[in-house]
Parts: sequence; structure tokens; C-alpha cells
Amino acid sequence: MSVVVENLTVQYGDLTAVDGVSFEAPAGAVTVILGPNGAGKTSTIEVCEGFRQAASGSVRVLGLDPASQHRALTQRMGVMLQGGGVYPSARVQDVLAHFCALHGKGVDAKALMERVGLTARAKGTWRRLSGGEQQRVSLALALAAQPEVAFLDEPTSGVDIEGRDVIRDIIKELSERGTTVVLASHEMAEAEKVATHAVFFKQGHVVASGEITSLLSIRKHLRFTSVDGITTADIAIAAGSPVKALGDGKYEVASESTPQMVSRITSWLSTQGYPLSGIDMGMETLEDAYRRIAGTK
Amino acid sequence: MKRIRTQLRAELMLIARNGEQLLLTLVIPLILLGFFGSVDVLPAGGDDPLQFLVPGVLAVAIMSTAMVSLGIATGFERSYLVLKRLGATPLTRAELVIAKILSVFAVEVLQAAVLLPLGYALGWRVSGTTWPLAIAVVLLGTSSFAGVGLLLSGRLRAEINLAAQNGLYLILLLLGGMIIPRDSLPGFLSNAAQALPSTALADLLRSTLNNDGHALMVPFIVLGAWGLAVPAIAAKRFRWS
Repeated sequence: MSVVVENLTVQYGDLTAVDGVSFEAPAGAVTVILGPNGAGKTSTIEVCEGFRQAASGSVRVLGLDPASQHRALTQRMGVMLQGGGVYPSARVQDVLAHFCALHGKGVDAKALMERVGLTARAKGTWRRLSGGEQQRVSLALALAAQPEVAFLDEPTSGVDIEGRDVIRDIIKELSERGTTVVLASHEMAEAEKVATHAVFFKQGHVVASGEITSLLSIRKHLRFTSVDGITTADIAIAAGSPVKALGDGKYEVASESTPQMVSRITSWLSTQGYPLSGIDMGMETLEDAYRRIAGTK
Repeated sequence: MKRIRTQLRAELMLIARNGEQLLLTLVIPLILLGFFGSVDVLPAGGDDPLQFLVPGVLAVAIMSTAMVSLGIATGFERSYLVLKRLGATPLTRAELVIAKILSVFAVEVLQAAVLLPLGYALGWRVSGTTWPLAIAVVLLGTSSFAGVGLLLSGRLRAEINLAAQNGLYLILLLLGGMIIPRDSLPGFLSNAAQALPSTALADLLRSTLNNDGHALMVPFIVLGAWGLAVPAIAAKRFRWS
């Protein structure tokens, strides 16, 4: 395991932001820390990066204690902050060259600029970049370290579609070459596209963690969308299971989503001349799983 | 060493890109020297006012640039999360402090390059100046005040840092004998002020630039102690975030 957090507690005065959380991020995996704003994600990441002291508990990153062995960790860690981190009047090309030189890993600043799609903005200053472009610079600064472990705090926050594609590709590339990626996000749909593991935070507690496939459950029903007014008893005969109308042309078949069941439903709709505008096989999204496990609406 | 060079280059680039700030750093001491050098309003203790003023204004410039400008800029770097970002690189606190001190010294070379010729034009007499010693004094002064500026900005929140830098500047300016001769202060204040880096810097600059025969030993020890100890403490206590 690249990141091991055990019974971590973080306090700000009387406020307990993180309360006895434990989880692990496997080497080479993309682990997303999910939860709403104020759930304790950033505080936890900051302890892992060595920027914040834990009130209690232990954290190991690549076998190092981030607080007492911070300097050793910086040689192997990439960090993308949640906004900021660059002097407003600094130019993109200068910032990247500066951080590539500080890390001393031989990363070419120009190639990095091209990788994040900012070559055309090389002479632009940080203050003149859009929010999405600033996020891409921040990601590039994390890459300048050629990290073994990368902590990315809200990497796609405020980023446009094109930028999200770039960031997603880079995260996948990092993982493919063995870098452990830990990202904090409240954008569950986006996180689901890149992460293999998830840690669910709620009000400073971890309510679930593990491989995403193990966190998602399959609902015991199939849903499809057609038109309003279909007699459910007729479809039920064809499906061999009870069918319920949910409104807005949506129907739910009380049966597991087997290929045979899908085939029976679609055949019946076809012979009756009804359209099929959507089918939900019953697999949860990450957001569904979070809502179910964290007990939020 | 390589990281210090890298950080120094970045610091100098930022200074150059903030041209208006650099201009202000150069213009304010020039106005001070031009004004007080042309108007006879300050007691100079019987000496030629310019022999008193030129080293004094140079000392003010060093204190302003090394302590206030650097301290406030570093405070802004904290609020922009620049320091936190640097803290995630292999750059050490000590390397950051050294790079910042050297960048300030570079600005002071520019300040001296405009101040000293103006002083000369106004009538400041250069005789018996011990330049190597004067340069060493400037370096020690820079190190002292940059240490103080970074100690404050390395620990305090940006807005408190701003107030603390300006407040301390005023105290050091008034007590340090830079513009107002220390003889004009009450005895106990004048004596206590000898332990201040501003006093030591002003005294040493007058001794080395004017060769006025004043004893160098005590102010040298005072400035040396400030110049070595405070940056070391600042580096030790500096917070990245």
C-alpha cells in the first residue's frame, strides 16, 4: 500500500474536521476521496502531504511519515493544490521551468506545457488564465516531480470539457506507469471515470472504502423508458415478472437485469410498436452508492 | 546550491515583472535623499548633513527593501498559496531564505547605484571609504532585516504580517538613528537602541562610507548577531502553509 491512514484525527481548535478515519490507497491505483464540501477530504490530503499536523493517528506515504520525513517525501511526491499556488504575475512557461528545475528530475518544461495543452498560453500570466487553464498548470506542477505518489485536490473543479479530457488522460497515464494517485473530489460522476478505488467521507468520518466495483451494488430490477400509457399487465406477461409504471414513460421490471429479460422486453416493445428511449440495467453509479451508504438523499 | 540558484532566478524574475514595485523601491529613497539633502530640517549633530544623510538613507533603503518589501511580498505569497506549493518541492526552508536574501541584495545594488551618485551630486564627500567593509555591512544588514521580515511573514497571517512589518519599520526607523540622529533621543532610548539592527547598520555605514573614525566593534557584533541568528531562526520557524 502506498498510502496508509490509521485512526487519523484532525482538529482546528474545538472543531474536529477529521475524526478517527482509516483507509488505504493501493500502489498504482487511482483512489478518490469522495464527499461533500467540509467532509474532511482536504484536511486528510494535507496531512498526507505533510502540510498539516494530525491531532492523533498515523499516516504513512510510501512508507514515510509525511510530518517528520516531509523533505524525503517531496522527492517522490507530486501535489496539485485546490486552487492557487502560483504568483499572479508569473508566466506559465517560467512557472513550469522553475518547478521542473526545483524537482531536478529532468522533466522538460516545454513538453509538460504541451502535455497539458497550454503551449499557446506559454507567455500568459497566471492571473490571465481561465480557471480551467490554472487547474492544468497546477496539474503540470505536480507532474514536474515525476511522482511515485500524486495528491490531486479537486483536479477537475471549474474545468471545461476539453480540459477534463486532458486531466483524465493524464491521471490514467500516471496510473499506467505505476504512480499512486490520490484525488479528492466532490464530483462523483467525474471521479467514477478515472478512479479504481474510493473512500467515502461524511462529516469527518469514512463511511466506506475499497475497490469501486465492490462498493457498487446491482439493483434487483431493470428499468426502461418508452412512452406513457403502456398497460403494465401486458408487459408483465411478456417479461414473466411484475412491472410497475414510474411515470414519464419509465417502467420498472421486478427482476434482475439478465440478457434474456432485456431481450423479452425489447422484443415485446418492438412487436407492439412502442419506442425504447432508454434502458437501465440496474448497476449503481458511484453517486448512487455514496447516497445509499452515506444515507444522504 | 542548484536549488538556491533556481529559486534566486525565480525571485529576480518576479521582482523584474513587478516593475512598479521595483520603481517604488528605487524612487522612495531617492525622494528622501533629495528632499532632506536640499532642505535643512534635520539636526546632523554638527556634521555636514549630507555626510549624515547619505549613509542614513542607504540604511533606510536596506531596511525597507529587506524587511518591509520582502516581508509583505512573502505574506502575499502565503495568501496566494505559493509558499505551500514550494513546500511540496525539495526546496528547503533555509534555501528559500537564502535565495530571498540574495534577491534583496541584488535590488540593493541597484538602490546604491542610484543613491550614491545622487548623494555625490548633492555634495556628499567620498574620502577614505572602505568599500569591501561597506559591502560586508550591507550584506549583514540585508541578512538581518530579511531575517526579521521572513520571521514575521513565515509565521503570521497575511493581514497581521502587514501591520507588524509596518509597525516594526516605524520603530526601527525612529530609534535607529537613520534619519534622526540618535543623540536627539532620550538617554535610555538611545542606549537601548544600540542593540537594534537599524542603529548598528546606520552607524556602520557612516563609519565605512565616511571613514568618520567611530568605533566599529560594537555595532559590528550587534549586526553580525542579528544577521546570522535571525535568518537561521526564520528558516527554522518558517511555515509553508
